[in-house]
Amino acid sequence: MDRNSVGQVTPKKFTFAQKGDPMVLESGRTLGPVDIVYETYGEPDDTRSNAVLICHALSGDAHAAGYHDVHDKRTGWWDTMIGPGKAFDTRKFWVICSNIIGGCKGSTGPSSINPETGEPYGLDFPIITIGDMVDTQKRLIDHLGISRLHAIVGGSMGGFQVLEWSLRYPEMVRSAISIAFCARLSAQGIAFNAVGRSAITSDPNWQNGHYYGEPGPQQGLAVARMIGHITYLSEFLMDSKFGRRLQSADRLSYDFSSEFAVESYLNHKGSTFTERFDANSYLYITKAMDYFDISRAYGPLAEAFAKATARYLFVTYSTDWLFPTEQSREIVRAMLSTGRDVSFVEIESGYGHDAFLIEVEKLDRILSSFLCGIVERDPTGESDERFVCQ
Amino acid sequence: MNDLYVNKLDRTDRDMIMSMIPEKARVLDLGSGNCSLLADLVARKQVVGFGVDIDGESLVDGLSSGISTYHGDLDEGLSDFPDDSFDYVILNQTLQVVKHPLLVITEMLRIGEFGIVGFPNFGHWRMRLGLLLKGRAPKSPALPFEWFNTPNIRQLTVKDMRDYCQREHIKIIREHYLFGSSWYQTRLLHPYANIFAHIGLFVITRIS
Repeated sequence: MDRNSVGQVTPKKFTFAQKGDPMVLESGRTLGPVDIVYETYGEPDDTRSNAVLICHALSGDAHAAGYHDVHDKRTGWWDTMIGPGKAFDTRKFWVICSNIIGGCKGSTGPSSINPETGEPYGLDFPIITIGDMVDTQKRLIDHLGISRLHAIVGGSMGGFQVLEWSLRYPEMVRSAISIAFCARLSAQGIAFNAVGRSAITSDPNWQNGHYYGEPGPQQGLAVARMIGHITYLSEFLMDSKFGRRLQSADRLSYDFSSEFAVESYLNHKGSTFTERFDANSYLYITKAMDYFDISRAYGPLAEAFAKATARYLFVTYSTDWLFPTEQSREIVRAMLSTGRDVSFVEIESGYGHDAFLIEVEKLDRILSSFLCGIVERDPTGESDERFVCQ
Repeated sequence: MNDLYVNKLDRTDRDMIMSMIPEKARVLDLGSGNCSLLADLVARKQVVGFGVDIDGESLVDGLSSGISTYHGDLDEGLSDFPDDSFDYVILNQTLQVVKHPLLVITEMLRIGEFGIVGFPNFGHWRMRLGLLLKGRAPKSPALPFEWFNTPNIRQLTVKDMRDYCQREHIKIIREHYLFGSSWYQTRLLHPYANIFAHIGLFVITRIS
């Protein structure tokens, strides 16, 4: 057992937008009631000013740290970063992570029951955006009695939410950390998502999204995940991990079985994903990513961030070709042009986009340093000394 | 890497730089390493500090002091930084290790109103004598490296710096020199500086 684990945690549920008071989404459609599943680690201080909100990526969930059951072999998805003595030190911070709306890990999404029909929503679920995800998190943060987040942090799509938060509710964000992210999904990013969605919707078992209680588009979802997974790894990593190695045989089989190690790896990733993820959620969430464009919502980057007040930290990875460093530097440049407070670090890594989940040692050091620094320089002069690095 | 020899000189160059910068100035440090100079400036002069270094790992220490940091290569220019966005741009013990020193000086004066450039003087008498008498790549307290491991790929003297500023229409506001273990300041072009100074520290600005 990891001595620095947050230990056993129990997910909680917050429900809002009850009957008669639905949530209005960015598309103009309404949704309600809305369940948000979340977990917390550490304790709130007297003024609830030590809260850190963690935003998860496409396939993540609210279970960011610790374990649910003593027999659990798997810990939360960012357990390496959250706990006593870790970057998000639970002796100092009250760490919160919630499942996004549209997901399939407890929060309301296309697989949830539509109260009007008593059946799962399927495609009747409204299109959601990164802004809608942030709005639901804001409702949760209000519910928890937090007026200002000490930090908000996320990688990949989580990093999108961080940017959106800092522009939508600037007064509630003291510091914002985006990792392996961008300010608008590129044509290439949209293209990969589109192919993934095509794989799902062309699976005959998809049945226009009404497959609940039936086998469902397992094959389509698996292919979508395989495509996604390729984009999360670097060429270097694939080559060093698999090369042209054959999975089990010594000689070529001259047929279409998945004989290369890399094929077998992707097949495994694809099929295990279908056991834990809903195909419709995959459609909705990738669509939300496609729609993400800070400039469309807030104007040119320099103008958009001119109103931001948070202290920003951007971290990129040298071999991330899905969200390359140059895209983040564009945001840094825009922010520097209006004198915003922004720090930027590129981490040398061979792991590609997924490095933020795998290679956490350097990231841990960067984030813990940054979190100490925010406090020292906070102009409000709150009694923040307790956050300073020991 | 520059800390190696600057430490031998007790980092007095830092005290000099500290004395040149007014309170609450906006200060950009190019080649800031672990941002310890900026951290001192923040603590003592309440400046707004910003550190740039090619080594992302050392920059991390700056973050914990509340300094903003930018991980980048000076040799690629600093186009992300807008014109006139800082009061002072510091380039201390860094000029001699960059590939494109002229680009870096041009950029520092574009970004800042004043530039502070500190560099080891290759014209020091020990360097001259070392080469003349020993016939080997010379060393001095400010330049202790062997030919094969020196990070100092640009070997300039105080006179070289003056010549460059004149040619590029850069105004030298002040020159400070480390002679032995004491600092001297002169507005005139000190005739012996190029022979006796271990380190030159120039405050420069554009001629408007």
